[in-house]
Amino acid sequence: MAKTMYEKIWDAHFVHQEPGQAALLYIDRHLMHEVTSPQAFEGLNIAKRSIRNKHSILATLDHCVPTKLADRINLPDPIGAKQVATMINNCEQHGLTLYDMESKNNGVIHVVVPEHGFVHPGMTTVCGDSHTATHGAFGALAFGIGTSEVEHVMATQCLPQAKSKTMLVKVDGTLSKYSTAKDIALAIIGRIGTAGGNGFVIEYAGSAIDALTMEGRMTLCNMAIESGARAGLVAPDQKTYDFLEGKEFAPKGDAWDQALSYWKTLPSDDGAEYDLVIELNAADIAPQVTWGTSPEQVVPVNQTVPAPNDFEQEGKQIACKSALDYMDLDAGTKMTDIEIDFVFLGSCTNSRIEDFRAAAEVAKGTKVPANVTAIAVPGSYMVKEQAEQEGLDKIFTDAGWEWREPGCSMCLAMNGDQLKPGQRCASTSNRNFEGRQGKGGRTHLVSPAMAAAAAAAGRFVDIRELEQN
Amino acid sequence: MEKYTKHTSVAALMNRSNVDTDQIIAKQFLKKVERTGFGIHLFHDWRYLDDDGTIANPDFELNKPEFKGARILVTGDNFGCGSSREHAPWAIDDYGFNTIISTSFADIFYNNCFKNGILPIVVDADTLKKLMSEIDANEGVEFTVDLENQAVTTPAGTSVSFEIDGFRKHNLLNGLDDIGLTLKQADKIDTYESKHKEKFPWLWAS
Ligand code: SF4
Repeated sequence: MAKTMYEKIWDAHFVHQEPGQAALLYIDRHLMHEVTSPQAFEGLNIAKRSIRNKHSILATLDHCVPTKLADRINLPDPIGAKQVATMINNCEQHGLTLYDMESKNNGVIHVVVPEHGFVHPGMTTVCGDSHTATHGAFGALAFGIGTSEVEHVMATQCLPQAKSKTMLVKVDGTLSKYSTAKDIALAIIGRIGTAGGNGFVIEYAGSAIDALTMEGRMTLCNMAIESGARAGLVAPDQKTYDFLEGKEFAPKGDAWDQALSYWKTLPSDDGAEYDLVIELNAADIAPQVTWGTSPEQVVPVNQTVPAPNDFEQEGKQIACKSALDYMDLDAGTKMTDIEIDFVFLGSCTNSRIEDFRAAAEVAKGTKVPANVTAIAVPGSYMVKEQAEQEGLDKIFTDAGWEWREPGCSMCLAMNGDQLKPGQRCASTSNRNFEGRQGKGGRTHLVSPAMAAAAAAAGRFVDIRELEQN
Repeated sequence: MEKYTKHTSVAALMNRSNVDTDQIIAKQFLKKVERTGFGIHLFHDWRYLDDDGTIANPDFELNKPEFKGARILVTGDNFGCGSSREHAPWAIDDYGFNTIISTSFADIFYNNCFKNGILPIVVDADTLKKLMSEIDANEGVEFTVDLENQAVTTPAGTSVSFEIDGFRKHNLLNGLDDIGLTLKQADKIDTYESKHKEKFPWLWAS
């Protein structure tokens, strides 16, 4: 029978199922950071259990690390400092690989893992962070888990799992040069809603997805979770193999050939059936901006803020009304008339080298207005170094941006980088929930180029017009 | 996880309904790196008069000396509603309770109890009233909980039988948490892993 990629990966990792219980799925890779792991280690120690497969684990410090160099030496927040110290201690005690703050490999977990080729096509991958779906870009089944599951995987290398339904999101056609993977991601969420993917694993396919770079595919899969899906997947192809080849944890020599021939069996078979198929035309996808407090509250940048009456369902009308209140926006306002106070270029959604190149291209020769703060936070030291070699840091600092050290930073505002109440931010991250970037802060999600354009103008800009002038 | 054995313990009465997980463990305590030590923060806003939790509120039920050392909590409808935080059962367990008796529990909380060795017992409204009045009349009274025979008995001669899913009962009696259950399949995991290693040797190279 023709199988989807998800079904192939599932079958290859199915260990056992007791009657009346969930199936046990084997986990190949376990990614860790300082915030969701400490209680899992403690639980393990209390129960006198050990880690089954240390090689499966790669850890970093990212969620609460400061992005100002001086603060990284003496962490100003005692809670963050404790989380960092606990992580270092746990990794030492259990002999795990940790990219600590001094490591040149340090950075946001979902950025550093691909940089070192730690996740391969066909692998099952988990992490106590919901944006683990990022690694679906490599054709790996990757999803976020809770703290008790982190402990479960450490002790057993397995997780009890229910099988998901499958959804194919097919994006054909050619994306305009102003639109990016981020805009595809937001357009999909705008179409199916943040609950549209509940119970599903999404496979992204079609000519527009084939055309994306690996970085673009990571951005797309990263946002799968925002549509409610358990995971997002893109079939591996030559780009995937080229990206992985030669990386630290990629197979070498004969193993590479063996791996490659296996990876080539992974894409969904012709005629494989999905529980749901959604189709989009890439040519229709304009640069997107969210206006509300949920990623589904999104419009193309050349449109206006909607009114509650624009929605059919009562629930969405209520959500619209409360979002407008929180965001302090009036229905009918042109998106390009909305002024901003802050710009955040970063997060595991958009902090790879390609994102900085795209933003730098727009930022070049511009000036951030005095009333706007713009920060550029590379996803990792490798990205930072590469950007500096290319002189991108200069472009940003000349334009009045702050050039920071890597970390999650204002994606979740746990490290001290945050909005003040009422401040409005153009952000390349993944969640625009109330208070996500600081209590009372207002977040608009955009692509890196759109963020850079907003930084220069102090308001949202339709970058398609910018270049024509 | 400890095995749940038959025990006779003080039953504390907290006659409140819809106690949510925010009240069980307030969000300012979630940033800890430990999973133990949440017991002192249990019901913080009710239990203490000050923010730092140094002055006990004499009016709060559980602060009564008669309820000291209680392992059984008898409480109102819909206990454990609100956010799904795992810290709520951690706090209850750490405080010392291993049994909660009510007419109903929120779903996720109910499930989380079993993961932490806590037995949530559902009784009908009349039974709950009866148990509550027995505690009221004799604060510090001890109830006996016998999970094996699915019964709660009191010195006043009341005997209440309760329902529980057979699989969950088995796990509590044997001290099996989710991880313990998976580890029972260790031989299957071993077999799978060695096949997996043969098929994908590069996964183990580093
Ligand atoms: S950047 Fe944001 S989404 Fe990504 S790992 Fe950090 S906190 Fe999670």
